[in-house]
Amino acid sequence: MENRPLEYDYTVAKWFMLTTVVLGIVGMLVGVILAWQMAFPAVNLMAGEGLAEYTNFSRLRPLHTDSVIFGFTLSGIWATWYYVGQRVLKVSMAESKFLMVLAKLHFFIYLLVVVAVVGSLLLGISTGKEYADFEWPIDIAVVVVWVIWGMSIFGLIGIRREKSLYISIWYYIATFLGIAMLYLFNNMEIPTYFASGGIGAWYHSVSMYSGTNDALVQWWYGHNAVAFGFTVPIVAMIYYFLPKESGQAVYSYKLSLLAFWGLMFVYLWAGGHHLIYSTVPDWMQTMGSVFSVVLILPSWGSAINMLLTMKGEWQQVASSPLIKFMILASTFYMFSTLEGPIQAIKSVNALAHFTDWIVGHVHDGVLGWVAFMIMAALFHMAPRVYKREIYSKSLMNTQFWIQTLGVVLYFTSMWIAGITQGMMWRAHDEFGNLAYSFIDTVTVLHPYYTIRAVGGTLYLVGMFLFAYNMYKTMTSSRRVEESELQNASPMGA
Amino acid sequence: MFHWLEKHPFFFAVAVFLTIAFAGLIEILPNFAQASQPTVGTKPYSTLELAGRHVYIKNNCMGCHSQLIRPFKSETDRYGHYSLSGEYAYDRPFLWGSKRTGPDLMRVGNYRTTDWHENHMKDPAAVVPGSIMPAYRWMFKNTADIDTAYAEQVTVNKVFATPYNTEIPMADGTKATVALAGTLDEAKAAALEEAKVVAADMKDQDVKDAVAAGQIPEIVAMIAYLNSMK
Repeated sequence: MENRPLEYDYTVAKWFMLTTVVLGIVGMLVGVILAWQMAFPAVNLMAGEGLAEYTNFSRLRPLHTDSVIFGFTLSGIWATWYYVGQRVLKVSMAESKFLMVLAKLHFFIYLLVVVAVVGSLLLGISTGKEYADFEWPIDIAVVVVWVIWGMSIFGLIGIRREKSLYISIWYYIATFLGIAMLYLFNNMEIPTYFASGGIGAWYHSVSMYSGTNDALVQWWYGHNAVAFGFTVPIVAMIYYFLPKESGQAVYSYKLSLLAFWGLMFVYLWAGGHHLIYSTVPDWMQTMGSVFSVVLILPSWGSAINMLLTMKGEWQQVASSPLIKFMILASTFYMFSTLEGPIQAIKSVNALAHFTDWIVGHVHDGVLGWVAFMIMAALFHMAPRVYKREIYSKSLMNTQFWIQTLGVVLYFTSMWIAGITQGMMWRAHDEFGNLAYSFIDTVTVLHPYYTIRAVGGTLYLVGMFLFAYNMYKTMTSSRRVEESELQNASPMGA
Repeated sequence: MFHWLEKHPFFFAVAVFLTIAFAGLIEILPNFAQASQPTVGTKPYSTLELAGRHVYIKNNCMGCHSQLIRPFKSETDRYGHYSLSGEYAYDRPFLWGSKRTGPDLMRVGNYRTTDWHENHMKDPAAVVPGSIMPAYRWMFKNTADIDTAYAEQVTVNKVFATPYNTEIPMADGTKATVALAGTLDEAKAAALEEAKVVAADMKDQDVKDAVAAGQIPEIVAMIAYLNSMK
């Protein structure tokens, strides 16, 4: 009895895998529409004049950012949590009815929140803060979902058999704590309906902070939502999935310690780099700038640890598309965490801030690192969850190259666009007058906006290939035995 | 120590939390009281302006327009005096934005008129050839939500002591007062009076008719807000 392997229960992991794929496609589809709207403004009227209010760029933009962050990425984080958590803690969800009910509740309340968010954003109901656009009723629901997830994490840890917490668990715990703290403080708001004795819209609220303070809290949140949504949990994934898929042990425990505690300490300071040359005190801007550069150390610590994990096994990168996804992800992580600190240097920021270079930076990070890692995780999980081999290896390879090309087109065009615009804004003629009117700096970007839209479209095509491959894996791929699921995932031709 | 923490999840979580909370305490807290002091000449928003600000947020204008002029010659040449912290004292939320697909709007009230905004919001490319900004024609049809703007005024006045009905020193040495109506009906009447001033400079007959009939279209509130940005 003791030697029988645990039967893990992947019910909730499967549900979150589904929302990862669906919300990923929705979020990126909206992103592609936005990209084409910037290249060709007529696309704003794609559904006619009557619906223009709901299809124009500005109304759709938060829907893109929020569905990629809180739809695709969060779903991916939870899909992997409900998979990895059980396996590294050596305990099955099926062992606790309570945790199972909690996990299901987690999923269904999350779905309700998703519906509420999409509806409210389309109607323009927003607090006006980026990535914290939700009004107070949704904020409360978000907090409920988050508390449930926390109970699920610590509940599972409470009944664990493996006493030592694996590296991935550190990162999941940090994700939970970090977002909880940031979200609560940034969304402090007062519902005006109640404060004014029942006047106006019931869902409207006003921020507890004003002006410069509000900006400070918002970017402390905004930057660190990136930290604890796009970095920390994704590192949790790669620490589990890369060693598993490659059959290699993590290169260095000490390096992972240094990278983890370093990241925890340094990341939060860097938020100030969003406010360089703004009205926040100069010392904070400098702190933000300096700590951003220091941040290279822990970021590269994790990335290098992952790359060295492949030591002596590099042929796997050529032979397995799944390893390819993860190695490219960790390479983009290094690339993006070098680019960010460069943009945080004051003199560079003076040029880059407010331009498309920042947009490019976000996307090489999210498309290259976050999304590649999440998709790799789902590919690795699929055969173990559905007991079927991955439907098609060649489709995976095709997807990999289409999406890589998409990302490269995206960030190169945005670099050129951003630097061009930044240089034109500050250019003076020989008499000291501004050399260009603002509109000159817009029309010049048209070719780059078009290239970006093409890049984004390629990435979206890859997402559809991914969805198709996953669907076939789920429904009609060859069934596999437990013995085939040791390391490298089984794949069909 | 780390090995021990990894076997004791509670203490591990506490250690992580302290490590990440530390930066926030040091960076954010010290500045809080100081940064919220208004500069001389900074007034709270009137009901109509605040309703316009809500229209601005509803349509996510800050997705493409900043409200932050950095202290560079190229920016002060283009947009006017660089931004001061106290100018944002009554901005809840702040609307600095993070991307300038279009120009900064911090002081747009200094160099654009009601007439310019009306034409531009209807058809941006007709006013600025090559513009990629979408048209916002629905603002001419939708009615502005004065009730919610008034509710917000009452709230900030009550909770944050935002100085309505109080004399505020202006840059030229005079005093100005922004009124906060005692009731919703009074607030609506005052907003309508303000709206009539804006509508008088507009050409759209439907908007003029609506204001004459006691309605305030979103575009009127929006322009009142944009004109107040100086």
